[in-house]
Amino acid sequence: MLARMIEEAPAFFGYYNLIFLFQALLGTFLLSAVGCVVGGLAGFGLAVVRRTEGPRLLPARLIALLFIEAFRRIPFLVTLMLTFFVFQFADIDLPLFWVAVVSVCLIASAFIAEIVRSGLDSVHRNQWDTAAAMNMGYLMMLRLVIVPQAWKVILPPAFSFFILFIKDTALASQIGVMELTYAGKVLNNKGFSAGLVFGSILLLYFALSYPLTRLGAWMEARLASSRDRKT
Amino acid sequence: MHHLEIERLSAAYGKQPVLQDVSLGVDKGEIVSLIGPSGSGKSTLLRVLVGLLPPSAGAVKLDGQSIDYKSRPHVKAARDRFAIVFQQYNLFQNMTALGNVTVAPIKVKGRPTREVEAEARALLAKVGLAEKLNAYPDQLSGGQQQRVAIARALALRPEILLLDEVTSALDPELVGEVLDAIRLLAADGMTMFIVSHEMGFVREVSARVAFMADGRVVEVGPPRQIFDRPEEARTREFVSRILRH
Repeated sequence: MLARMIEEAPAFFGYYNLIFLFQALLGTFLLSAVGCVVGGLAGFGLAVVRRTEGPRLLPARLIALLFIEAFRRIPFLVTLMLTFFVFQFADIDLPLFWVAVVSVCLIASAFIAEIVRSGLDSVHRNQWDTAAAMNMGYLMMLRLVIVPQAWKVILPPAFSFFILFIKDTALASQIGVMELTYAGKVLNNKGFSAGLVFGSILLLYFALSYPLTRLGAWMEARLASSRDRKT
Repeated sequence: MHHLEIERLSAAYGKQPVLQDVSLGVDKGEIVSLIGPSGSGKSTLLRVLVGLLPPSAGAVKLDGQSIDYKSRPHVKAARDRFAIVFQQYNLFQNMTALGNVTVAPIKVKGRPTREVEAEARALLAKVGLAEKLNAYPDQLSGGQQQRVAIARALALRPEILLLDEVTSALDPELVGEVLDAIRLLAADGMTMFIVSHEMGFVREVSARVAFMADGRVVEVGPPRQIFDRPEEARTREFVSRILRH
């Protein structure tokens, strides 16, 4: 098998295949990156809305809750199809890639919202009460007191979600979006050996997710470290 | 007219009444203490005053002006005038001692950083923590944390300082240092409303003592009345049980 792979290699790593793989990598990268960034920010926002109190914001709270609970429960593939058909039904002519981007953002927001919620809940009630008694408003209290203490509960599961999430973007191929897994299938069908094709795909996935792991470790060290003890 | 006037105040956790018809007044510069068995509503009363638990009936008046705890601006105004120190210190774990003391004056009240920091240093020095400005709460003993919490409350320049069982969570050998800090404030003429189980201390600093049981104020009077000649049977029973050991 190895002999066959070596024999195929020059043809496989030909100009057009490399362009093709690069485009696929870009597809997966964009889906993941937009999903992580939008999902991270929107998820944070949803969790913050969900944690509000008082009757005035009750509708917003209900919408956030409904959104989170729905998109955490629907399988990724179904969300993808649903988004696809909603756009079709609404007669909005969006490229398939953007349909995938939208569904990826929906899912990431819901999952991150739940992770952030558990992080906010992990900060002891008395920290919230004390900040309130000092007249801090909700957003100020989150920014200065609660979120800095919640990072250590939020970051590890958030980044392991992101890693899982990169792999899940492969499902976008089901509605015809070009990304790494899809590219692998195409090249395999062209007759290149599975070892060579999926070996390369594997390395490319690794190249995407490893820096993310490093980023997670860096953020944890910065935001959630147990401080240097001078004593 | 008292500076702080609590009139027939009631409050409940869900359907469980925790305060019933509580009336009490505190004058400027006066120290009033609340004693009573656990669950008698002492701490709850302080939580109501700072707007952490809405009252179900009655009134709280500052200089004769009633505070409407349903109105955000009213609660904010009340919180500007009270500062509370909690039993569990509740220091912000992500900030140093200095950060804890300065955060609200700078961020909430918008006072200049330099001025606030100078004042915070002085306050921390006053409670004996000049060396611990940059220590985080988990690097401090309970007594030190509670003294930071007192400095933090003072930095808010409250009209009335509320102390909620501030020595109850401390190891016995650390109680003295916290009480000493409070004695300093008493000497400065700070108006204080104190919930405490330290009977010797209560007797020493208070102008008046209120005994609470089952969410009601049973008896109010000068320390000598409450501790030596209580008029109510419940007070007598509580005081004799406390002073026996």
